[in-house]
Amino acid sequence: MKVMNEELRALYQEVIIDHGRHPRNFKKLEHPSFCQEGYNPLCGDHLKLYVRIENNTIVDASFEGQGCAISMAACSLLTERIKNTSIVEARKLFDAFQILVSDANPPEKIRDYLGKLSVLGGVRDFPVRIKCATLAWHALKAGLDDINNKKVVSTE
Amino acid sequence: MFTAPQATDHKSLSAPDWSAIRADFPLLSQLAHQQPLAYLDNAATTQKPNAVIDSITHFYRFDNANVHRGAYQLSERATLAFETARDKIQRFLHAPSREEVIFVRGATEAINLVAQSYARPRLKPGDEILISAMEHHSNIVPWQMVCLQTGALLKVVPINDSAEINIAEYQALLNKKTKVVALTHLSNALGSITPVDQMIAMAHAREIPVLVDGAQAAPHLSLDVKQLDCDFYTFSGHKIYAPTGIGVLYGKQSYLEAMEPYQGGGDMISRVSFEHSDYNCLPYKFEAGTPNIAGVIGLGAAIDYIQAIGIDHIKQRERLLLDYATAGVSLIKGLRIIGTARDKASILSFVMDSAHPHDISTILDQQGVAIRAGHHCAMPVMTRFDVPATARASFSFYNNESDIDQFLQGLHLVNNIFSGKNG
Repeated sequence: MKVMNEELRALYQEVIIDHGRHPRNFKKLEHPSFCQEGYNPLCGDHLKLYVRIENNTIVDASFEGQGCAISMAACSLLTERIKNTSIVEARKLFDAFQILVSDANPPEKIRDYLGKLSVLGGVRDFPVRIKCATLAWHALKAGLDDINNKKVVSTE
Repeated sequence: MFTAPQATDHKSLSAPDWSAIRADFPLLSQLAHQQPLAYLDNAATTQKPNAVIDSITHFYRFDNANVHRGAYQLSERATLAFETARDKIQRFLHAPSREEVIFVRGATEAINLVAQSYARPRLKPGDEILISAMEHHSNIVPWQMVCLQTGALLKVVPINDSAEINIAEYQALLNKKTKVVALTHLSNALGSITPVDQMIAMAHAREIPVLVDGAQAAPHLSLDVKQLDCDFYTFSGHKIYAPTGIGVLYGKQSYLEAMEPYQGGGDMISRVSFEHSDYNCLPYKFEAGTPNIAGVIGLGAAIDYIQAIGIDHIKQRERLLLDYATAGVSLIKGLRIIGTARDKASILSFVMDSAHPHDISTILDQQGVAIRAGHHCAMPVMTRFDVPATARASFSFYNNESDIDQFLQGLHLVNNIFSGKNG
């Protein structure tokens, strides 16, 4: 029987499998401040991120969509994490997440800051899968950059 | 080592030595993630045998010159090698004449050529182009472009849940407005073999010309354009063990003669002045510019190679591999095959309850197994079967049971990972 090597074990951690199979906040949000679509046409990952903002704070977030375990888990974890954070904080998380998935050795403080989100760091060994992990984050950023933006964002 | 014998050998009835044949493909002997490489993405592109690689190297080392131009020995030798390859392809397709074999970049360019040079000047608003529901984007988009240019309409023949063409619907869709029928011979996303002979006859009963997209079929099926009576046939070199960037358009001479050139430039003219140019005769009318000479020679070598094995042997071998893999995946929990046509070849497209195709592909890659995950440039097929993507293993005669075993073990691992048994 084949077993997982170290890279696969790092990629498919239990948290990711769990969030991929049972995504949290997986629903349409009523009266969102924005709904941003994210779509990677080559691989078919497709999500809609709903965010409600009050007084510069994200008070609720949810998503719908379909895609691989990585893209679904990344979006699920994102919605958990950004609730009750300020817009400024959410942008900081975006930047830290980019470092996590692209740096060969992300600094310890980045991993500490991201906490549970750092389980997605395993994608750095799988260059073609980084776009799966970052799709939700790019959707968040595009949404925050222009609340009325109706365009689709892609990480391909 | 299995070397391409001379033309007289290719009807040999003795069973080929498949392990010697595999050894003709140097790329296949490498490791991937510390395991033997099981290359199962042959529908995307095939690996190249030494015979093809050597033919290209030989050309550049000894015979390189431009063709149809120089009055010197080297250019004559290059031209001879180039035109000899055309003769090989003519025989491979059973085309009535060599003038009907046009070199293009690939099946995509061939279809665009027919759409622009044949269809566009002849279509009027309200005319119809008929394709099937399992076309590759390259046999959809060129027709959509010509529809936008002319006001013609694109009509689609549906397929059933097994991915077989609905012939009754096809009959019903053929009408006096139908001006072109364009069909895949073998679906790249589903593996279905289209009953093109019957469908061509039905279109011809209404005097509608038919283009057959043979990009997938050429490496796996016996081709006889004369017997099929198709009006155009297209295929790509790289899917038939030849280099990328070379392909073939076969067209009936009467159609090709009546068509305007696709591109202007050198080689496609017989006389040029600033007032007027006369076009060259076939096939050169459609071959503007310096062609992919090494590609053509490589394609000729690839065709020699597969004919030396024998297409009947190849079909038997690939049938065996497909059956072996199909039986194997039937034991994988939660796996569903997409594309279960009675008549299919070389392609096994599937989805799994436990994992998305991209996760399957990543996990298999780590086991040394290369498969494709995605929409396979056939997004309407994904929509038809209501899946975002599929995983696809596609086989060549150089694959073996051990490649497939490695693939099946990888699929078991996928299920283990996603059921929490992390091994």
